Amino acid sequence: MTAPLLEIRGVSKRFTKRLDVAGKIAQRLGSKIREETVHAVDAVDLSIAPGEVLGLVGESGCGKSTLGRVVAGIHGASVGQVLYDGKDIATLSGAEKRAATLAIQMIFQDPFASLNPRMRVEDIIGEAPRVHGLVSTSDTEDYVEEVMGKVGLDPSMKRRYPHQFSGGQRQRIGIARALAVKPRFLVCDEAIAALDVSIQAQVINLFMDLREELGLTYLFISHDLSVVEHIADRVAIMYLGRIVESAPTEELFAAPKHPYTKALLAEAPRLDQRKRDFAPIEGEIPSPLDPPPGCHFNPRCPLARADCRAARPVLHPISPTRSVACHHWTET
Amino acid sequence: MSAVLEVSALRTHFFTHAGVIRAVDGADFKVRKGEVMGLVGESGSGKSITGFSILGLIDPPGRIVDGSIRFNGAEIANAPEPELQKLRGNRIAMIFQDPMMTLNPVLRIDTQMIEAILAHEDIPRQVAWERCREALGLVGIPSPEERLRAYPHQLSGGMRQRVAIATAFLNRPDLIIADEPTTALDVTIQAQIIHEAQKLTRQTGTAMIWITHDLAVVAGLADHISVMYAGRIVEQGTTDDVIDRPLHPYTVGLLGSVPSANKRGQRLYQIEGMTPNMLAMPKGCAFAPRCRAATPDCSTAPQITKVDGRRLRCHHPQALGAAT
Repeated sequence: MTAPLLEIRGVSKRFTKRLDVAGKIAQRLGSKIREETVHAVDAVDLSIAPGEVLGLVGESGCGKSTLGRVVAGIHGASVGQVLYDGKDIATLSGAEKRAATLAIQMIFQDPFASLNPRMRVEDIIGEAPRVHGLVSTSDTEDYVEEVMGKVGLDPSMKRRYPHQFSGGQRQRIGIARALAVKPRFLVCDEAIAALDVSIQAQVINLFMDLREELGLTYLFISHDLSVVEHIADRVAIMYLGRIVESAPTEELFAAPKHPYTKALLAEAPRLDQRKRDFAPIEGEIPSPLDPPPGCHFNPRCPLARADCRAARPVLHPISPTRSVACHHWTET
Repeated sequence: MSAVLEVSALRTHFFTHAGVIRAVDGADFKVRKGEVMGLVGESGSGKSITGFSILGLIDPPGRIVDGSIRFNGAEIANAPEPELQKLRGNRIAMIFQDPMMTLNPVLRIDTQMIEAILAHEDIPRQVAWERCREALGLVGIPSPEERLRAYPHQLSGGMRQRVAIATAFLNRPDLIIADEPTTALDVTIQAQIIHEAQKLTRQTGTAMIWITHDLAVVAGLADHISVMYAGRIVEQGTTDDVIDRPLHPYTVGLLGSVPSANKRGQRLYQIEGMTPNMLAMPKGCAFAPRCRAATPDCSTAPQITKVDGRRLRCHHPQALGAAT
């Protein structure tokens, strides 16, 4: 097995809402106000091989975006390490650190919010490579045109502002901005969720072309199973801050092991399904402020028993390629 | 069976300073009792405006310029406001994408739901309250008495949407227009909502128009499907026909671009270009500039033709099974 390009070891990310002065006084006076902590990501291990596309799937609030942001270096991890090329990014310094952070770039969900409306496209794309000395000021213009061509944007539109583009084109600008610093690893956070169906297909195709052309590695975060099934080599399913199952795409879709994965696959609408009667899984994702004890899925799980409420199931390998975090996965 | 709703040659235009936007420019369809019609299209295709037109919710500069909307046999296009008010929330209800559009954030759930009943019926408040509790139970809300006392912000997104659906069903309407009701929800919650909606239409015989951009959702829910592009319904037929054997090149393209219809890892079929600017529509068939089958005769607008049991607006219907 090749060494992973990116490895996440025991990463947790907690967000704490500190008490303000009034809160502290109330606490002194015996009120039950406490600091609230959200465990957005809870002891997650992942590794991604060079050239691999890892799909990270989960519902809203499961922590998938936070994990993506930790990988991209936007949030620091509360606990744990993010290793790029075998080195802990947090301990690097100087040129090494810059190289590592430039190599990991992120593409965001909302093509309207992630571009500065007051900057021209050429500046949005050209700023980072110029600042980091990847191209000289005089070559920037040519370089921007080259990158725009690569993502299927007409270079003659480089002097326009983001509002003059459609949603699909804006997403291409976001992709061009990420590619401009010559990354090796892209974190795509719901990068196609805001686009129309026909435009989604164009952007998915672009991601696949770029992967082939530039040898990119992706962490592809999405709630849409069909997109992930199409593009990813391996899929990790996340529920309330934890990875519950990870497997090669084909195996996961053919035979899901974790009860949550099973429910997700059964309930995602598909074209080949017609009117049918089924009983969808009950309940909703619990609040991450107050997660259930033991296995986070136990209140909604058809297999749940006493041990599920008592102990957290760890993600353990069940075959050379698959792992699952469930006490009763053999019964699914 | 007679149609609950019959829309023919509906045109809703917006007269803006920049020009006339033909948001809906030819929509014809029928919905019968207990039927679910999927109205599918991308953003800007006019699918929501079609829904708003039926309820008479088009504000200036927009108006219905042509066509008829017959509800239970009576013409309601451009009907006077008092008449529409009697229908809205009573005989025809609407569910929006964002339940906070339906719910007033400063009123308790019970206040709002009871109001929806008392606006149309003169019954004791207690009886109305009972009916609200029953409605919440029907859409799968646990401990409805407690939820009735809550404010909208105390509920999750999925719960709010259930309340909106329960409110829509309160007066046993003949027709419900659901505008992207599950788009903002998670997969497991979406499955629950679709399940409840399906159950309720079956139990009450309410007809439903389910507006969505997601073909996979209507595939499992609708009896028949109308596909809209740039203000016109371009293809209409039973769900099996439209999904399995699409004839219009746009439907073929839409279905082909859904990842699950493709082989893993292969390039997706893609429709080139983007939806046209509503102010500068192409002459003739609006889809022609993006269409692979387009020929010079596409510069004249195709009329509705009946092909293989469905209604189609295309000069060059695709061969059967082209997408599969």
